[in-house]
Amino acid sequence: MAVLVYLESQKGTIKKTGFELASYGRAVADALGEQLIGVGFNLQDTKSINPYGMDVLYNVDTPEGSFFNADRYSSTIAGIASKEMAQVIVVSSSADGRYLGPLLSAKLDAAFLSNVVDLPTQYSPLKVKRSCFTNKAFNRTLSQKECNILSLSSNAFGLNEQQGDVEVRSEPYAEATTDLEVTAIDQATDKVSIADADIVVSGGRGLKGPENWHLIEDLASVLDAATACSKPVSDMGWRPHSEHVGQTGKPVASNLYIAIGVSGAIQHLAGINSSKVKVVINNDPEAPFFKAADYGIVGDAFEVVPKLIRKA
Amino acid sequence: MNILVCISPVPDTTSKINFKEENTAFETLGIQYVINPNDEFGLTRAVHLQQKVDAKVTVVTVGDASCEPILRKCLAIGADQAIRVDLQPQDGFQVATQLEALCKKTNYDLIITGRESIDYNGGMVGGLLAVHMGIPYVPNCVHLDLSGNDVALEREIDGGKERLKSSLPLIVGAQKGLVEEKDLIIPNMRGIMQARQKPLEVVSPIEVTAATLVEHYEKPPEKGAVKLVDAEDIDGLIDLLTNEAKVL
Repeated sequence: MAVLVYLESQKGTIKKTGFELASYGRAVADALGEQLIGVGFNLQDTKSINPYGMDVLYNVDTPEGSFFNADRYSSTIAGIASKEMAQVIVVSSSADGRYLGPLLSAKLDAAFLSNVVDLPTQYSPLKVKRSCFTNKAFNRTLSQKECNILSLSSNAFGLNEQQGDVEVRSEPYAEATTDLEVTAIDQATDKVSIADADIVVSGGRGLKGPENWHLIEDLASVLDAATACSKPVSDMGWRPHSEHVGQTGKPVASNLYIAIGVSGAIQHLAGINSSKVKVVINNDPEAPFFKAADYGIVGDAFEVVPKLIRKA
Repeated sequence: MNILVCISPVPDTTSKINFKEENTAFETLGIQYVINPNDEFGLTRAVHLQQKVDAKVTVVTVGDASCEPILRKCLAIGADQAIRVDLQPQDGFQVATQLEALCKKTNYDLIITGRESIDYNGGMVGGLLAVHMGIPYVPNCVHLDLSGNDVALEREIDGGKERLKSSLPLIVGAQKGLVEEKDLIIPNMRGIMQARQKPLEVVSPIEVTAATLVEHYEKPPEKGAVKLVDAEDIDGLIDLLTNEAKVL
């Protein structure tokens, strides 16, 4: 029996979400008295996982130059899960994690539970707290299956360092079951993504036009933050869709969310609600965002933000 | 060519969320239901393809009779026919299993779901259905072009896009970007009148138990009041974020 976590990586390096999944997986494995097993693909550096109490790490090699393939990845992970008799499998809430979860669930006849925000409160049957209604509420879900796939909301559990010396094993890469193929990836590697960022700086209509976005970008750059925007801003084409955060855009679960000239419509607030600390800068003291924020400045973004850039 | 678009009726995005029966059920009183926004992007793309490649567009929902106005709206937007599987589902697993039964009776070349529903945020129906049917699945789909049996797609990933190719049949999880917000079709009077005449078939569900049950709901704890900092006092804000919130 085992608890299994899927470790996402970029260029062979395990991502920070992987350490959070391992920390969470360790806690689940301890509660069940089982081993914690990790699965990664093409990892160059497996030592970085050592401080997170993992027992075994399967490092799967895929052919040179191949891309992420959800079908083959999920079959490989499902194979290891069956061999190790995994009861709980944890994936992240990233685009890839949420892609793999349902595929794994179908391949293993397991339940899939998305948006998990805490440790299970019981294991047989498994019961766990999840967010729903795009962070406007939570629920306690009871599984009806023996094996469960959890997708952990990012930043919901945090990191928990401990001693460890992982045993690395290899595993063959599963064959494809469909003809779907990734042909190319267009990814900005020089910019931190909204999903990976500790800090997100977001702009709304209050910035008056795309020509003023240097304020958002410069602040993001000094804070090593990702940039985001409100729905009207992306609808008007000031910024790409990929930056739209909110109920119909991307969810944000950063440590710090700074909203500049964003009024705070209920749909926007739902999407950013899981962020730990929220700061609003808006010249309208009646903007709904002030009710959702931890810290606020009532003032003109064009005066406040340049000062913040200089001092941050 | 047959296209199936899976529709989930969800509370309007401006809805205040409340619960009843000692927080074991969602309070539907006063809630306006709409087409799940992700599904609507998918439906719009399907209606575009209908004209381009001469496809027949079927919309389906798994739900009770209260879902029918939503299906009529889909027909007014341009779908050719609607199916309602008569079951109030408890989870995405039940929905996927009902859809699988439907897809085994009729061959659909392209199946479109939303990336996720904005109420339960499960995001699992497309993936489960794909594995059960043995066909490929592309979630977070922001581009879809057909050329005969070949499909060119784009999936939004963290910090970028992935380009993919596949053949039909295929399932995609639609989201904003597959069509633009301005491309969404607002039904006109002619569409609404025609929708009344289009077929809406009610299908009996197959027997299947849910994989998960929601036992209890809760709302997030009330937030404390915002701490206001003077616009001249940037140092004060940085100090609070560094020493009090410890996020800098």
